[in-house]
Amino acid sequence: MPIATYAGHDVIVNDEGFFADPYQWTEEMAPYIAKAIGIDELTLRHWQIIRFMRDQYRAKGTGPTVRILGKTSGVSIKELYQLFPSGPAKTAAKIAGIPKPRGCI
Amino acid sequence: MVLGGGTGGTLAANRLRRAYGDREAEIVVVDRDDEHVYQPGLLFVPFGRADAHGIVRSRRRQLRPGVTFRQAGIDHVDADADVVLLDDESVLCYDVLVVATGARLLPEETDGLTGPGWLRDVFTFYTLEGALALRRALAEFDGGRLVINVVDMPVKCPVAPLEFCFLADDYFRRRGIRDRVDLTYVTPLDGAFTKPVASAKLSGLLEDKGIGLVTEFNTGTVQGPDHAGIDRGAGRLVSYDERVVPFDLAVVVPLHGGAEYVGRSPGLGDELGFVPVNPGTLQATVKSNVFALGDATDVPASKAGSVAHFEGEVLVSNVLRFLAGQPLADGFDGHTNCFIETGGGKALLIDFNYDTEPLTGHYPGRFGLPLLRQSRLNHLGKLAFQQFYWHSLLPGRNIPGIGSAMPARGKTQTRR
Repeated sequence: MPIATYAGHDVIVNDEGFFADPYQWTEEMAPYIAKAIGIDELTLRHWQIIRFMRDQYRAKGTGPTVRILGKTSGVSIKELYQLFPSGPAKTAAKIAGIPKPRGCI
Repeated sequence: MVLGGGTGGTLAANRLRRAYGDREAEIVVVDRDDEHVYQPGLLFVPFGRADAHGIVRSRRRQLRPGVTFRQAGIDHVDADADVVLLDDESVLCYDVLVVATGARLLPEETDGLTGPGWLRDVFTFYTLEGALALRRALAEFDGGRLVINVVDMPVKCPVAPLEFCFLADDYFRRRGIRDRVDLTYVTPLDGAFTKPVASAKLSGLLEDKGIGLVTEFNTGTVQGPDHAGIDRGAGRLVSYDERVVPFDLAVVVPLHGGAEYVGRSPGLGDELGFVPVNPGTLQATVKSNVFALGDATDVPASKAGSVAHFEGEVLVSNVLRFLAGQPLADGFDGHTNCFIETGGGKALLIDFNYDTEPLTGHYPGRFGLPLLRQSRLNHLGKLAFQQFYWHSLLPGRNIPGIGSAMPARGKTQTRR
């Protein structure tokens, strides 16, 4: 699997750029991952979602979908798209260093 | 106590009834109405190929003698106290609860969907009322843009919206106006379907039939066409990232959630009202004497009748084990199979589970139905399935050769 370097640390990611091991992630890497996918600055609101994604992953083993984010994170779906324009669930998961949300089948 | 008299609840109750002698267990099924809809039939209603009387039967009459049917709405489940409270304020106690109340459509959760245009230019075929209204609208439709949109996953039978596209293509061809109809499939997924091999195959079919595909579209707003203004404006689907798909007629599969009472029952459901269960044993996380099957659960399998059928065998054996004080069997593998109507009297068949995506080959063995390939035989299989549903699947009979576990034989390579 490919290696990416964020904040001077090498991490293993999959073909789509999601962390293979969420425990390799540290908070200092987040701004670099964000920059690489076109988000220049992480605001407090971004961080609220990033931490929420990490908590949900720890609790459930998968990140939430955008619909569940809209219902439970305290941030509306509309605002989520303003914060993470190219797909909030996927983008926030990538910045939070967790696997792509499983969605449904 | 079984909540819900649909596919999963009915077959579970009938299997339990056969497993226990009359004096060994009392089995009660609760549902708010007595109309059991054969849901796969809804797909054919808009095209005039199925009727209400052919696909709706009494719930009560699908249950074996010795199963009590209680017609009442459910207020909530108190799992701590092992009771179900009904809308009529009666309280039912249980030793084991089976939740089988399926999924509920939530069109009102999408901005504008139930506004002006609903059931006039904007339809769903996921209800009988919607499917019948859509039939009238399709009959009057003589050209323009028809979009088929899935708002977000999970939905019941994720292939049904694709089948609708294929059947609509066929329908307009037969009417000789296909060249005047612009068909587009608009999905939140990154392809036509969730599983890669099937997704590629189905994308190819859309392309062959001249059906447009718009992916990663998360519908935020649905605006019906404006018939009143001087510039009669088209309807619009608008995504959260502000992309626009115009339409003259829209067929929308609304958001789904679990039954309403699940949200009122402490600890029973997740954020969307689906019941978290162990995906292998189907025992609910809320308490050890609660089980669930069918569309009501949160298992990462399709919401489809075949899943409820394959789960039924595992669920019943685990209820028996639980009541006998034995360890549960981790038996359900996510087995799903679906016929996919592709128009022109042909269909595809797909068969998969939690770990194995739909593959080519034959089902259930080397000389069975062709998998992932259009054939007349699969179409006939789909039509014949309706009789099978009422007379074998709901009564909870085991079918020789069709087991709960997904067969690997007859398939071309298995990649995990």
